[in-house]
Amino acid sequence: MNADLILQTENLGKRFGRFVALRGVSAGFRAGNLTAIIGPNGAGKSTYFNLISGAIAPSGGRILFEGADITGTPQHRFAQLGIAKSYQITSVFPQLSVLENVRVALQALVSRYDVWRPRARLKALRDEAGELLHMVGLWPRHDRPAALLAHGEQRSLEIAVALASHPRLLLLDEPTAGMSPEETRDMMGLIVRLAQQRTVILVEHKMKLVMGICDRLLVLHHGELLAEGTPDDIRRNDDVRRVYLGQREH
Amino acid sequence: MRRDAWIARLTPHRAALASLFLLVFPLFMPFKAIAVNILIQGLFALGFNLLYGYLGLLSFGHAALLGGGAYACGIVIVRFGMPWWIGIASGTLAGMLVAAAIGALAIRTRGIYFAMVTLALAQCLYFVAYQAVDWTGGENGLRGVNVAGISLLGVHLDIVRPLVRYYFVAAFVIAALFVLSRILASPFGAAMEAIRENETRARACGYDIAASRWLAFVLSGGFCGLAGALQAIHLGIVPVETLYYTTSGLAVMMTLLGGMGTFFGPFIGAGVFLLLEEVVSLWTVHWQLLVGAVFVACVLFFPRGLWGTLLAGHAR
Repeated sequence: MNADLILQTENLGKRFGRFVALRGVSAGFRAGNLTAIIGPNGAGKSTYFNLISGAIAPSGGRILFEGADITGTPQHRFAQLGIAKSYQITSVFPQLSVLENVRVALQALVSRYDVWRPRARLKALRDEAGELLHMVGLWPRHDRPAALLAHGEQRSLEIAVALASHPRLLLLDEPTAGMSPEETRDMMGLIVRLAQQRTVILVEHKMKLVMGICDRLLVLHHGELLAEGTPDDIRRNDDVRRVYLGQREH
Repeated sequence: MRRDAWIARLTPHRAALASLFLLVFPLFMPFKAIAVNILIQGLFALGFNLLYGYLGLLSFGHAALLGGGAYACGIVIVRFGMPWWIGIASGTLAGMLVAAAIGALAIRTRGIYFAMVTLALAQCLYFVAYQAVDWTGGENGLRGVNVAGISLLGVHLDIVRPLVRYYFVAAFVIAALFVLSRILASPFGAAMEAIRENETRARACGYDIAASRWLAFVLSGGFCGLAGALQAIHLGIVPVETLYYTTSGLAVMMTLLGGMGTFFGPFIGAGVFLLLEEVVSLWTVHWQLLVGAVFVACVLFFPRGLWGTLLAGHAR
């Protein structure tokens, strides 16, 4: 057992009926690193992400978090384990205020079934939600319904919601999908800041975007692990150039 | 925006405002007997609304919760000769127990399947009550739930008098309103909102969806069980139809009519429905036709319900 690895997958596979989306991927993610999972369309990135974030159950293999087997753990336990995620399609609570979005996420760790005490009594949650909103730059909008935020702001809110569970591991599925260039730049800046304090794994379609900021990369292709290493390793890797970089040169 | 600001300011006092209305209601309501029915059916719809309006779970088995409460109250009074207050406590508890059992079997299904499973389980209870004649009176209903006089702290309440009866029932309904308001303002109330808004995200935040739904179902059962107990005492009989699926349909109709997910909507829905029934059935036996038409018109033109539309200030 390698103590530096926060998350490991052993021979992790997923099939949908007869279609094999992912065939036996074994990989490790170092604690404290910002790791990007990249690959062309249909490489199995999203499947792999959904497996390690517990959204779907694997057909085979194991997932280890901090050395403990978490394969098959129900989704609602992940937040308590210390794993949080953001979705590719923005997923917030649309009719709740921006502040309540984060507050209710914080509340999930301390009070889930209390039907009697007033929720306003949990004042520390409100304060902490405010701090998280300051951090992602959404405090000026804290009392609006989340549905009224711009797309980029909703993504930032989703990250604040994910951070509410104090995750040691943060999983982001294409965090810049559908964003304008300015929004993308802001989001990348936010991700780099977040990665200074916790382990971050993100899935990204655009390789260029992550090359400059991540510590390590995982390249998937046709549901298999094609390469793994630092950005420089990946740039020099012949297999990767052939299937990924090479595509653009033609 | 001003209307929203007013509503936001009044929300913490919703239980008090609703209670105030219920207290003055019989003074300008000509049919006192219907006023009591409105209280009871409104409470039943309130329990249903907790699950459907606030959590988004459509149950078609709420007759089992109302009927369970009514039979528990009736059996305790008729078969065991217990005082009325034990009947009411037993009814409330029975509503929660029936909900706990049905909930445990149904919460893992969703959408139309949840509606079907709850409907089927409630119908099972109906057939059990139909057959268990020694306990329930079967087809004839459980007769003789007579609570003629009620002594409370030395004061004798003559609940044969309509107004006294109204305020006796209203006391329990008002208590229920304050309890509901408290539940909605609690951390669990926040969890329910989150689950209704986005179940996937709520799960990722760490909420156990199945457990939360079950708890909401049990709480809903408490309100409906209390309504059933009050109904048994009010009518003096528990008709076996209380458990029939049409009773569940009534809860759905009253809630939609009044406004799902609104605090006071269920009472408005119950009031409109029962008054329509009373007035229209005076001049035609086909009153259900007209009530049905009104219901369809409401769903089409006021999808938020009558009270919900009033709160929003516009129909859509």
